[in-house]
Amino acid sequence: MAKYLLLKHYRGGPTPLHDVPMDQWTPEEISAHVQYMRDFAARLEDTGEFVEGQALSPEGTFVRYDGEGRPPVTDGPFAETKDLIAGWMVIDVETYDRALELAGELSAAPGAGGKPLHEWLEVRPFLTEPPTISE
Amino acid sequence: MDEAVLRTLTPAVIGILVRRGVDFATAEDAVQDALVEAVRAWPTDPPRDPKGWLVAVSWRKFLDAVRADTSRRRREALAEVEPAPGPGELVDDTLALYFLCAHPSLTPASAVALTLRAVGGLTTRQIARAYLVPETTMAQRISRAKRTVSGVRFNQPGDVSTVLRVLYLVFNEGYSGDVDLAAEAIRLTRQLAARIRHEEVAGLLALMLLHHARRTARTAAGGRLVPLAEQDRSRWDTRLIAEGVQVLQNALARDRLGEFQAQAAIAALHADARTAEETDWVQIVEWYDELVRLTDSPVARLNRAVAVGEADGPRAGLAALADLDPALPRYAAVAAYLHERDGDLATAARLYAKAARSAPSLPEIDHLTRQAARLNALLRG
Repeated sequence: MAKYLLLKHYRGGPTPLHDVPMDQWTPEEISAHVQYMRDFAARLEDTGEFVEGQALSPEGTFVRYDGEGRPPVTDGPFAETKDLIAGWMVIDVETYDRALELAGELSAAPGAGGKPLHEWLEVRPFLTEPPTISE
Repeated sequence: MDEAVLRTLTPAVIGILVRRGVDFATAEDAVQDALVEAVRAWPTDPPRDPKGWLVAVSWRKFLDAVRADTSRRRREALAEVEPAPGPGELVDDTLALYFLCAHPSLTPASAVALTLRAVGGLTTRQIARAYLVPETTMAQRISRAKRTVSGVRFNQPGDVSTVLRVLYLVFNEGYSGDVDLAAEAIRLTRQLAARIRHEEVAGLLALMLLHHARRTARTAAGGRLVPLAEQDRSRWDTRLIAEGVQVLQNALARDRLGEFQAQAAIAALHADARTAEETDWVQIVEWYDELVRLTDSPVARLNRAVAVGEADGPRAGLAALADLDPALPRYAAVAAYLHERDGDLATAARLYAKAARSAPSLPEIDHLTRQAARLNALLRG
């Protein structure tokens, strides 16, 4: 089995197919979208492929060390960062093709008008432990 | 009695329940419940007959489960179930469980999980932690696996190679949870080898023992990988090596070579060299030739190229590499190594950096990056 991160971006991926902001959807459309994500996660729990899922607030601050005894420097929040991660799901699947298949399904979550969102999702493999037998 | 000894009783007790007419999935659940109770009760109140205790408690757990089940059909089924008089194991239930849990209808990950629970006696929580997934996910994986094999007749002899594949995965691809999966894989393979006279079972056991012997020498502080040539060989476990070599020799004497025996033979030749320089690479290449003949595996060909590079020089190694697909995992790392041996440090540095970018684990990325950095420092003079 291999773990993959399905990463959802607010911004930063390839140009979206449907770019209607969520606040322009009807409340029913939002509910349908959220329900789709819930059902998807529940289904993966049932197949034994779900690891975890989290959503992130768009608000964020950059922080860095500023030297001994000084408080860290902060910057932001930024209205227009290039890349903005919205959330993720971690899956544990048998093959890379299965990871792509599931990402495709998740990307079909309904959006405005109840039609599939065709949202871009980034699929990233987790690093593993090195195998014991290597020669 | 410690937990490991308790767990060795698991498959036999499941077998006894199945023999009394309980279906495998229900029997497995009942025994798991009894194991949990044993862990709780035994430290203060150890039973005189641990196996008898487990059978009795598992049977009670099974009856509880049936009573809790409101379905009328299940009640009727209960009426037909009568405990068999005495254990009366005509065939080996433990062996039957190995085959069932590695049934070809299961995916590798399901077979691994089911084997660890039903044959290994680990709890779902322990297995989940070992593979870094939530307990609910692992519970589902196991219960789906049990549904998948529910129609398979218990005690049907299967193909031993599917069992070996599962045990190999447990040994080779474990994470480091609170359960030592490598040690567990060895225990399960030993138990299998004691029940079935099969040269490849012995071959796999030898392979595991010989690699396990190097375990402490394989990593340095902070999890840094130490390549075979640089390992402190005085830290290799000579007792495990001696046992591995013995098991392998007995297997090879039967003259039915298989891939695990060939891999073990390679490991044994490494174990036999007191220093890296003393390694008998010519013989290792011959074993890789056997391995390639047996498996036609690209990974075996890749490792063979390394051995050819040591036996006949880096140019010969690079020539052996030329026939292989550069997209193979670890191809760039092997190419980097051979180019460095050939004196082309710039190419080697570039390939090490490339290998680091596609390596599948953090210790390998660190190792390859360090190799690239070492060569780049040399090149800067």
